[in-house]
Formats: sequence, C-alpha cells, structure tokens
Amino acid sequence: MSELFALFHGFSIALDPTNLALMVAGIVLGVLIGVLPGLGGANGVAILLPLTFTLEPVSAIILLSCIYWGALFGGAITSVLFNIPGEPWSVATTFDGYPMAQNGRAAEALTAAFTSSFIGAFVAILVITFVSPLVAGFALRFGPAEFFAVMFLAFASFIGLSSGSPFKTMASMMVGFLLAGVGLDTVTGELRGTFGSTELMRGFNFLVVVIGLFGISEILQSVEEGLTFRGREGRIDLKAVLRTWAEMIRHKAIIVRSALIGCWMGITPAGATPASFMSYGVARRLSRHGQEFGKGRIEGVIAPETAAHAAGTSALLPMLTLGIPGSPTAAVLLGGLVMWGLQPGPMLFVEQKDFVWGLIASMYLGNVVGLLIVLVAVPWFAAILRVPFPVIAAIILVVCAIGAYTVNNAAFDIVLMLIFGVLGYVMKKLDYPLAPLVLALVLGDRTEQSFRQALLLSEGSFAIFVSNGLVASIMALGLVMLFWPLLAALRRRKEAGAG
Amino acid sequence: MPQFAGGGRGIGRTTVEVVLALLFMAVGGLAVREGLRLGNGWDFDGPEAGYFPFWVGILLILASLAALLEAVRRRGEDRLFVSWPRLVLVFRVLGPAIVYGATIFLVGIYAASAGLVLWFMRGIGGFPLRQAVPVAATLVAVTFLVFEIWFLVPLPKGPVEHALGF
Repeated sequence: MSELFALFHGFSIALDPTNLALMVAGIVLGVLIGVLPGLGGANGVAILLPLTFTLEPVSAIILLSCIYWGALFGGAITSVLFNIPGEPWSVATTFDGYPMAQNGRAAEALTAAFTSSFIGAFVAILVITFVSPLVAGFALRFGPAEFFAVMFLAFASFIGLSSGSPFKTMASMMVGFLLAGVGLDTVTGELRGTFGSTELMRGFNFLVVVIGLFGISEILQSVEEGLTFRGREGRIDLKAVLRTWAEMIRHKAIIVRSALIGCWMGITPAGATPASFMSYGVARRLSRHGQEFGKGRIEGVIAPETAAHAAGTSALLPMLTLGIPGSPTAAVLLGGLVMWGLQPGPMLFVEQKDFVWGLIASMYLGNVVGLLIVLVAVPWFAAILRVPFPVIAAIILVVCAIGAYTVNNAAFDIVLMLIFGVLGYVMKKLDYPLAPLVLALVLGDRTEQSFRQALLLSEGSFAIFVSNGLVASIMALGLVMLFWPLLAALRRRKEAGAG
Repeated sequence: MPQFAGGGRGIGRTTVEVVLALLFMAVGGLAVREGLRLGNGWDFDGPEAGYFPFWVGILLILASLAALLEAVRRRGEDRLFVSWPRLVLVFRVLGPAIVYGATIFLVGIYAASAGLVLWFMRGIGGFPLRQAVPVAATLVAVTFLVFEIWFLVPLPKGPVEHALGF
C-alpha cells in the first residue's frame, strides 16, 4: 500500500503546471525526434541533456523521459505511412503496418500501433510501480561483489540473447569498456589510455559517442538508402479509432503476451528492438492466419508495438533500482542523473522519494498525454517528412554538432562525433550491435570499481564472487547467459546428428 | 573486380569485416600495452590501474579474431557492403560534414552551419539561393536565440560574431 501513497504524492509533483508543460513539450519534441531519420530516442535525449542543468532534477527527468515516450510513439508513424522505420524498434511494425496503409487502412494501423504502445507502456509502468521498490529494497543489501555480479549478469545477457554473432556483441562491448577506461583512473589517479593527448584526458563522453553512433551513422545510412520519402496520407477520425479498439479487444491474448515479452526483454537488457521482433515472431507462429502476416494483419502491428513500448519503458526499472540501464536511452538518462548530482541505484528510493515517484507518476500521465497527442496530430507530424531530405539532413547535422559541443564545450568533440558516426555506420552494416558498446561505456567505470573494491575486500581472492548464496547464484546465472550461444549450438549439432 | 551475389560492383562485406576486426584487434593490442605499462598485477590498494584494460584488451582481441575467422570462413557467400554509386552518395554528405567539422574551428559554429545548409540545399538538393538563404538564416537565428539568449550556453564563435560584438 505504501507504493500507492508514494504514487499519489508523485502525482502531486507531476501535476505541477511547469512539469505538465514540460511533459507536453517533451512528448511533442519526442515524436518529432522519432519521426526524423538521424534523431532517435537515445541521441535526442543526449543532445538535449546539457540544456536541462537549469531545471530541477525531477522536471529535467520528466522532460527527458517524455521525449523518450514521444520517440517510441513517433517511430510508428513513419513505419506505417512511409515504410521507413524512424527507430530500430519499429522495423517490425513496417511488416504489416505499411501493407495496411497501402490497402487504405492507414488510420486503423496507426490507431492500433498507438493504442498497443500505450497498453505496453502501461503494463510496464505498473510493473515499475510495484516491483521496483522491492528490487531496490533487496539491492540495498548489495555489496561491491553483488554489484559486480549484477553487472556481469547484465552484460552476459547481451551475449546470451544476441540475435547475431555473439563474438560481435562481445567485441562491441569490449570497445565500450576500453573507451570508458580512457582518462583519469579514479582509484589510483593515474592517466590511462590518453597516449599523451590532453584532449583525451577528459575521457570519451558517452553523450558524444551516442550522438555519433546513433545520429551521424543514421544520416549516412538514410543517404545511402535513397533520399526520397514517399508516403500515404494519415488522418485518424473517431470512427476509425472506435472500430480499431473494438477489433483490438479480440486480440487481447496477443496484447498480454507481447506486453510480458516486452517487460522481460526490457528488464534484462535485451531492449526494445529484439523484443519487437520476438513478439512479432511469436504472434505469427501462434496465429491461425500465420501465412497472412506481412500482407496487412492488424496483429502484426499490435504485437511488435506492444512489446517495444513495454520493453522501452521497463528498461527504466533496472536503471532506477540498480543503476543499470536496460537500453541505450535509459543509459543516457542514467548519465543525466549523475550530471544532476543524483546517485543512481537503490538509495534513490530512500533519499530521493520525490524524484522517483514524480518520475513514475509522470510516466502514467505522459503516456496518456502522448496517446492523445499522436492520435490528433499524426497528419502534421507526417508532413515533416515532406520537407526535402537535404534540408532535414543539414539541420540534423547542425543539431548533432551543437549537441556534441555543448557536453564539454569542446570543439574536439565534434571531430570525435564524426569519427564515431563513421564507425557506427560500418558497425551497423556489419551487424555489430551498438547497445552493448553504449552500455559498457556508461557502466564501465562502475563495473571496474565494484570489481576492484570486491577484490580489495577479499584481499585478491576471486572466491568473493561465490562467497554467499546471493552473489553465487547471480554469477551462475550470468555464466549460463554467457555460454548460452555455445550451449544452443551444441544442442543444434546434437539434434542434427540424431536426425 | 569480383561480382557479388545479387549483382553490382563495389566493396565486399568480407573485406570490411576483416578491416574492422583488424582495427579492433589493434585497439585491443594498444590496451594490452597500456595495461602492461600501468601494471596489471596486485597493489596494496587492490588490482593495479592496468588490470582491467589489460584483460578487456585480451578479450577484445579474442572476440575480434573469432569474428574475423567467421567472416573469412563465409567468404564464399560474400555480399556487397556498399556499391560504388552509393558510396559516392555517402561521401557527398560525409565530405561536407567533415569540412563542416573543420570550419567550426576557424569561423565558429554559426557561420559554418549556415554554410553547411547552403551547400546541402544548393549542391545536393539543387534549390535556388533565394530558398536556401532564408532557411540558413532562420536556422542560425533560432540557434542563436535558443542557446546564447535563452539557455545561456555559449557556442563557438568566429571573426564574424566578434565583429558584431559577441
């Protein structure tokens, strides 16, 4: 029950007029960011982060998290109307959303996408409201060894759940860890990996890396894929909304299943993109109309959108309770917490009740506001893509450059941003996942510190990582995740041998 | 020039896979060297500063080596990474972006941004100047208002702004 009281208190914070205005502004900006190629949730938030220093932390996180919700909604608009996924997690939405739009059912596809996103997010927020205090309470007892074990589990899950080559996931992650280590070592005060460069003494700021990896690389990719956008009209009237809602009730099993898949994939840091694909695949396999998927089935829109939004939202649970973000955008938000002077992790629930519950309450409100805004304003957002590409690309480049510069007031960071842009372009085309790199870059310092502290406590003995039931079982789970691809390959070989 | 599955000429995937894996291995090698320089053993205050970079470097080398072997093993089914005409398109955007990054050091971000918009609209989009100039001017004006005036975030400036007294 105490959660409910805390939540009501949170609503009183979120309903403050300034915060409400920031919420609406954040959603609108977020949808815009989601619609535009080259600006996604992670780097949209990264670019705006330096502008939030003048705000209260709770107002700042409301603004930035609402940008995130807006971006989640916005990705669906371009997928359905233009067959261009504005965000990686809306790729699966194009499979059936775009055929629906071509058959003249754009309004239904959009309504289904927005409503499922809303439901997915809502389920995830309920999970956050009631589960995160428990996780945080549990995590208060964690020492350095347990924290390292949780980090290990998070990174091992990336390898275990990766859809492509586990080696590429691992390489990407290790690059992130190495980048995180550059600069001043906080334990010994030694300079590491700077090779005599004063510019590198600051280390690699993850915001600059995110803007390059996600922003610049996406512009390069859009250029390569052709410069024209050709889209369908999208206007939603009330009749279409009601008709779609009535149809969606018949697919409630898919909705529930997709929301659960999404929550699970969001909390274990697999993220929204694999969640949307997995949920689409499961819906197709279990449907009696499996063959008709890809030709414009409404289930093919509901399943990935519910899961993507549930995953995107629940990715904030481990960020708030453990300080371990479940997605690149959550990682950027976590970086924001540190910059605003808050210590992420379980102590937030004890020391910063206003902040935590204001944020959670704003998630409920933000998603309701978001649903209304996108249902009403779809035609206007879609009109943005009729602006010619050279204009959009130039403006996005300028916005990214300003975003990278303002992090440290360093023009050198704009050069770094371009380098990471090219790296991100090549890595994406070769199916190296970028999320592990970003997460390792954000968490690298704390992973290393908890590792070193744990070994200091045990005077160098690795036995501390199996010294009690809790840490041993987390480590064991992590090892299972780490070697999961190997186990799966062995099983496949055995089955192939038997058959 | 080899032909790829699906047709077209350009750079093959295997080539880029190998180059990127070698680059990552080189980065891993640098980390290992740095780890050895800093010391990767045990000190009175725990593992030395080089411990983590050393082992992460080793893991990076191993993972990239595995990715490289995977790519080489599959070279028979090589696909196109990027075709020449598309690579030209990419460089028509990347080239000006690099020049943009360099000119920020010389003339500040405002003049460089205006130049970038003009170049993109005129050179790539084929817009007449009477359309490109207003867009560039609006972008610069809005950026200036938002950053310098409202949020008080100073952006890099050059001789033009100094002449105007900022």
